[in-house]
Amino acid sequence: MNSTVTTGTNEKVWEGGNQPLNASYGKLMMWFFLVSDALTFSGFLAAYGFSRFKFIETWPIADEVFTHVPFFHGNFPMYYVAFMTFILIMSSVTMVLAVDAGHKMKKNAVIWYLLLTIIGGAIFVGSQAWEWATFINGDHGAVETRGGRILQFVKADTGERASLSDFAKTIPTSRTQHENKNGIWFFDEGYQPSYNLEEVVAGLKANPNIVIRTESIHQEGEHMGHKTVLNREESLNKIKEGRLVVEGANLIHNEYGSRLFADFFFFITGFHGFHVFSGVIFNLIIFFNVILGTYERRGHYEMVEKVGLYWHFVDLVWVFVFTFFYLV
Amino acid sequence: MAQAHNLAIFRGLIKFKSNTQKIWGVLIFLTIITAIEVALGIIKPQALTHTYFLGMKVLNWIFIILTLVKAYYITWDFMHMRDEKSSLRRSVVWTPIFLVFYLLLILLLEADYIYEVFKNGFVTWNF
Repeated sequence: MNSTVTTGTNEKVWEGGNQPLNASYGKLMMWFFLVSDALTFSGFLAAYGFSRFKFIETWPIADEVFTHVPFFHGNFPMYYVAFMTFILIMSSVTMVLAVDAGHKMKKNAVIWYLLLTIIGGAIFVGSQAWEWATFINGDHGAVETRGGRILQFVKADTGERASLSDFAKTIPTSRTQHENKNGIWFFDEGYQPSYNLEEVVAGLKANPNIVIRTESIHQEGEHMGHKTVLNREESLNKIKEGRLVVEGANLIHNEYGSRLFADFFFFITGFHGFHVFSGVIFNLIIFFNVILGTYERRGHYEMVEKVGLYWHFVDLVWVFVFTFFYLV
Repeated sequence: MAQAHNLAIFRGLIKFKSNTQKIWGVLIFLTIITAIEVALGIIKPQALTHTYFLGMKVLNWIFIILTLVKAYYITWDFMHMRDEKSSLRRSVVWTPIFLVFYLLLILLLEADYIYEVFKNGFVTWNF
């Protein structure tokens, strides 16, 4: 008895007119898109994992790279990223509250919650821009070797990082930066570091308190998990391999260590930041639509729900980026 | 539209009176997890960084598990997966999980092999 009774509409589940998954076309398509986008991000993060496992003993330590907080000086690893994570989770909450208010057809509540969501998204994108600027400008400066490895400098007595400006000598030279107004107009020299290699080497030789820190991470012993610091003699020997002074990071050089780290940083956080940016745009569009009463007239706020799905997804991706880029 | 919300989390351990309350409850839970992650990331207890489980630091396992817990609650409560039909839920969730797990398995094994080549093979990279 129980298995034979069917009603008319249920028999034609796949013949249109009803929703087998109990979700509207638009919502279903949003889920499809999110699945494919999740795979794109997973591809990036898996590629990051690939490069990291490949260079597991020399990969930069994120705690030592992201140590800045706006308006404060000092060493604050992770604090600002944690703040950004919280902002994004918070804006996810206001979004889901907007969706909830939409179900109850409370127009004004939807407007306010959407506004808060947009502000949260804007703060996040701004923070990311600041994080990029800090990363690109660099911290202490380093020397790149012939093989593309990075040599950083530390003070032998305290173990603190030493900036190039702490010890590099200034050697008078007649060399000036080539500017396109002085020579061939289409040839520009581009950015030059504040000190050239000769000045850094001379500074290292003259200052007995400066030693080199290499990219290699101790795999055992009492310094396990820390980068290798050479003694004075080894440092003077190692600097001979230096070829280039590096300040900050771009797609080709990276003072923090492996260049791939900078490449993935720009690629993954950039792609995510682009998602947040477009999410803010979508939120703005539906924000104005809600004010104009478009969904009130339509009779339902499902569009808020669909854009909300996208917005939560952006938050979801950030949770993973945060773990794999900053924590692990 | 799914008007009826499932208001219980932690397998019915905590039941909320309204959807709004549930949202704030989940926010508190997610904040606590993030705080734990950040605290562990700053302190890095030796007991967790120096012990390995299946070739990975115990601390990293904790981070990954906490991340998956966070992902679960964002998807289930913020994206309303809890209220969707199980067929939709399964097709959205298990497809990426299968594909990503497969991709990670291949790429990380391959990366470890290349690491071994750099380490033990006749390849000079540190000069």
